[in-house]
Amino acid sequence: MAKRLDIKDLNLYYNKFHAVRDVTLQVHARSVTAFIGPSGCGKSTVLRALNRMHEVVPGSRVEGSVLLDGENVYAPGVDPVQVRRTIGMVFQRANPFPTMSIRDNVVAGLKLAGVKDKKRLEEVTERSLRGANLWEEVKDRLNKPGGGLSGGQQQRLCIARAIAVQPDVLLMDEPCSALDPISTLAIEDLIAELKKDYTIVIVTHNMQQAARVSDQTAFFNLPAVGEPGQLVEIGETGKIFSNPSQKATEDYISGRFG
Amino acid sequence: MRTDTADIERPASAPAFQHLGLGRRIKNHTATVLFGLAFVVAVIPLLWVLFTLVRRGLAPMLSTEWWTHSFYGLLPNDPGGGIYHALVGTLEQTLVCAVIAVPLGVTVGIFLIEYGRNSKLARTTTFMVDILSGLPSIVAGLFIYALWITTFGFDRSGFAVSLSLVLLMLPVVVRVTETMLTIVPDELREASYALGVPKWKTILKVVLPTSLSGIITGIILGLARIMGETAPLLILVGYSRAINFNLFDGPMASLPLTVYTARKTSTEAGEYRMWGAALTLVLLIMLINLLATLLSKLFSVKTR
Amino acid sequence: MTESTNSERRSAPPGETGNTLVEPPETPVPEEPVTPPSEPGEKKVVRLGDRVFQSVATGSGIFVVAIIAAIGLFLLVRAIPALHANEANFLLSGQWRTGDPENMAFGIIDLAWITVASSLVALILAMPVAGGIALFLTQYAPKVLARPFAYVVDLLAAVPSVIYGLWGALVLAPVLKPVAVRLNETLGWIPIFADGNVPAGSGSNVFTAGIVLAVMILPIITGVAREVFARTPAVQIEGALALGATKWEVVRTTVWPFGRSGFVGGAMLGLGRALGETVALTVILSYTFEGPHYSIFDAGATFASRIALGSAEFNNNLTVGAYIAAGLVLFISTFAVNAIARWIESGSARGKE
Ligand SMILES: Nc1ncnc2c1ncn2[C@@H]1O[C@H](COP(=O)(O)OP(=O)(O)O)[C@@H](O)[C@H]1O
Ligand SMILES: [Mg+2]
Repeated sequence: MAKRLDIKDLNLYYNKFHAVRDVTLQVHARSVTAFIGPSGCGKSTVLRALNRMHEVVPGSRVEGSVLLDGENVYAPGVDPVQVRRTIGMVFQRANPFPTMSIRDNVVAGLKLAGVKDKKRLEEVTERSLRGANLWEEVKDRLNKPGGGLSGGQQQRLCIARAIAVQPDVLLMDEPCSALDPISTLAIEDLIAELKKDYTIVIVTHNMQQAARVSDQTAFFNLPAVGEPGQLVEIGETGKIFSNPSQKATEDYISGRFG
Repeated sequence: MRTDTADIERPASAPAFQHLGLGRRIKNHTATVLFGLAFVVAVIPLLWVLFTLVRRGLAPMLSTEWWTHSFYGLLPNDPGGGIYHALVGTLEQTLVCAVIAVPLGVTVGIFLIEYGRNSKLARTTTFMVDILSGLPSIVAGLFIYALWITTFGFDRSGFAVSLSLVLLMLPVVVRVTETMLTIVPDELREASYALGVPKWKTILKVVLPTSLSGIITGIILGLARIMGETAPLLILVGYSRAINFNLFDGPMASLPLTVYTARKTSTEAGEYRMWGAALTLVLLIMLINLLATLLSKLFSVKTR
Repeated sequence: MTESTNSERRSAPPGETGNTLVEPPETPVPEEPVTPPSEPGEKKVVRLGDRVFQSVATGSGIFVVAIIAAIGLFLLVRAIPALHANEANFLLSGQWRTGDPENMAFGIIDLAWITVASSLVALILAMPVAGGIALFLTQYAPKVLARPFAYVVDLLAAVPSVIYGLWGALVLAPVLKPVAVRLNETLGWIPIFADGNVPAGSGSNVFTAGIVLAVMILPIITGVAREVFARTPAVQIEGALALGATKWEVVRTTVWPFGRSGFVGGAMLGLGRALGETVALTVILSYTFEGPHYSIFDAGATFASRIALGSAEFNNNLTVGAYIAAGLVLFISTFAVNAIARWIESGSARGKE
């Protein structure tokens, strides 16, 4: 299931604005890669380029390649819809579908792809909710709207929804930034479990979180105002936090970042 | 010396709050009263119209004959008569108009918000929708006459009326669809894309259901509005005092046309029927307005 | 990814994924048809469903543009033969003789006068009231009441015009009669209040029509004005209040300057509506063969009511063409008025935000 990602010379634009320059990095299968860096340096932009969500923004442009187990998701003839089925995503703000029940939210991806088999949908619902550590909390109200859950529960519902379509890779853009510490811990535990089966890339603002959950960490930075964001360095999380090779990384991690 | 005493009597520091000058206070009060009066001025004709309608139109509505019969065979001085024929016409014409205008208008709205966003075509379309919403209803009628009757050679009919009503309904549907689609947060669209759902399915299964309540309410309000249209009816269909279910053939009554036509019978019985039809029309419109409110409550997105 | 990778993944033997949280589905997820791999050079893959849907949506947009073009075109094509057969000057004549297609003489000058006069009376009456209501609802009325009050004003727009016609002709006109006579007697030395082509007391004149029209366009102008006044930035209002301004001074120095051009745009929309109003005027105005005296106590027909009155004559293309010619002039005028209204409105929105 889980697959490797190779990002090569990725340059990302919004209209004429060059948002990210020359990113090259590898994401290993069945591991957690954290993206850290100051606001606006392009972490989300890079993340969204991995499953071709970047092109949803009008006027956006991508150069370079993203290889999923050696296959370029930007190759001509590749359907972005297929890419997104293979590389799932969890957003900063929990966004369950407001018109759907909890159950329908979980299986939305399958249902919208035309799966009608009731029994199978039932199974996937339970498995995904268990996978997202949410089953016990919602099993008695599967037919209630997803919008009625707490923020942390909603975010786990979104994770359940993302894993219900069985992606190879799971992208998470600051999934805990809108949550309280308890819900954050629940999600971090979940990430630790999910990495047994999925390749995970997580953007986070919280450095302790990166240190806790990730195997390798990538530090992005803005060299100067108005310039494109860049990847400064990537390495094993322990090494990045204890002994970074770049001064900018050290400054950022020790809070000396201007 | 006198000035000295005055100086002594003056308080050492200025009062905490300065009093407004009389002139400023008068101006302020006058403005408040005038603006409030403007509202009262608007309410007077509304109540006056409604009061007139109820006073003169209530009697016919209280008889069963009113709801079960037509004006067929009535002489100007014959009492009684019923509105059934006009209700049939109004409902048929409006429904057929909705069947054409709603899918078309919703699609245009989808184009403007989901696909067009700021393209040249989208801006032109928006402008044309604005123009359409200012189109005098008589011109809509004339256009359908020139197209449907003069050019295509069809007869006047209830369906021709429906077509002209489509022109008047379309901008309402487009506007409300646009507004409601704009409210749907992009996050929901992205959540759907990220699950590997194609754009068209995202629009149909995620975006539209989320905005459905608002769109339905707006459409029903629009229908209530066009139900009272009279001008295109005068040139596109003949009035019939009998019941005609066929939208495509022959003269057909409707509530506004009945009001307009009954005015020409200046007998007591004629006035009875005219005010009855008028009150029926307004009641129907109010009822539909109410229905819109109820439906919007029913369909609105629930969180519990 | 591509179809092949995907099906490989879906059909992976269960053993390989034995320790996964989520078992692989027993049946493959049915995929929708994907457009065949595009020829080299073309980069984007667009699904069949998306292509169809986008084409339909774009087509509907084009259709709306085409409708307006068709309205102009059809009216023009149908009007030209009648204009050729016209024995009078279309723009300057006041006659309307269209019954006999062999012998037609028609012109719009009198229609134009009645149309413009009644619309202007309506506008002059409705503008201050609408502005007052909008200020009252946005700046004065308590928040809980503002909504229901606005709803009440909007109800004015829900009353059909034929009902306004009845009310105007049968209820309001008799009440206005003494007012009209008094105005005519005391201000008759001003041309606009002089004797019209029907007695001032008849009620079926521009004076009554204008008042009823004012009621009808009131909700339109109020709606737009309410929206623009409500958009006044709170910082500006608070700034004025902090200087010790009274409510009226706040309105005069911030709200009004901010919303003025939007208000004018709303008034133009109301004017467009008044120009094209048909049935209320057909019911209220009496038709007279005497030309207008250019007074508000004139009777006659507007473009729209002339067309409505003529519907009984619609039996040959030339006669209809004469009415269509009048309709074309109405269409062009309302098009222009509405376009200006939108332009003013969008200008005010862009300039202020
Ligand atoms: N939709 C967009 N349109 C235009 N510019 C954008 C858009 N999203 C982000 N940007 C710009 O791209 C840069 C990177 O943004 P982002 O990837 O969101 O940063 P991060 O997630 O690291 O905070 C920023 O300068 C931001 O302003
Ligand atoms: Mg971000």
